Amino acid sequence: MSSLSQEARRAPPFLRVAALAVTAAAFGLIFGFGLIISHMIDPARVAGFLDIAGNWNPALAFVMGGAVIVAAPAFWLARRRKTALLGTGFALPDRYNVTWPLVGGAALFGLGWGLSGICPGPSLVLLASLTPQALVFVAALAAGIFLADTIKAKR
Amino acid sequence: MLLTLDTVKESLLGGVLIGAAAAGLLLINGRIAGISGILGEAIHLRAPTWRYAFLAGLIGSAFVAPLIGIAPVVPQHQAGLAALGIAGLLVGFGTRLSNGCTSGHGVCGLANLSPRSLVATLTFMAVAAATVFVVRHLLPPGALT
Repeated sequence: MSSLSQEARRAPPFLRVAALAVTAAAFGLIFGFGLIISHMIDPARVAGFLDIAGNWNPALAFVMGGAVIVAAPAFWLARRRKTALLGTGFALPDRYNVTWPLVGGAALFGLGWGLSGICPGPSLVLLASLTPQALVFVAALAAGIFLADTIKAKR
Repeated sequence: MLLTLDTVKESLLGGVLIGAAAAGLLLINGRIAGISGILGEAIHLRAPTWRYAFLAGLIGSAFVAPLIGIAPVVPQHQAGLAALGIAGLLVGFGTRLSNGCTSGHGVCGLANLSPRSLVATLTFMAVAAATVFVVRHLLPPGALT
């Protein structure tokens, strides 16, 4: 693993950019397959999971559970290493700082997720279908991101 | 919509693929597979190339899936266009404010044993469940359409 990452660091910049892009595209594709196979892209299935008082369908707990169990060893490894296979450093975010923007933002996200049954990943898979629902949601999603970033930049 | 062995299987398989993609992007590219973060940076049109490549793969999965035998999923929307617009705004604003969504906090953050992400995940899960409760059990049927 280390010899490959050393090799990658010596490679010409355009090759590194290309390698990072090709692998990222592959992982985006696999991520999307996971969202489709697990029915995360179906708002009715998501609402069924969130409807604890009604006809509760706990299936989506297996989606998050399965994903976390598979990803956890990778994060364990990343915390103990300096560079990834293609020679880049690990961009690991802060783990401990619980703030009001974190909690407030998560609450607003939860409100939007509960109303629509759609979170950002599935919205992009749905975008491919070009339905009015997907177009409206993703356009509003982008507007919300812009608004938050504008406010963040001013503070 | 009850829990059947088939839905457990497809949920687990989908989850494993999502986890594998997150693990791969981390170990090979050194990056977090948080969709709101990747999209949030990409939207400003000055992000590194890999973000656009990841998003192209994610959007493209809808076209490639039927070619490799993945059964199509027909999304059933419970909210009308106006409600979807408001929801989209809330999701975009909220995930950017809290630096993560279901993937960034819910999958990657929990896998990274992050207390910060655990707080975020419990918060958005609880509020989403409360929202569904109000919509399905307190408001008149079809209130969002």
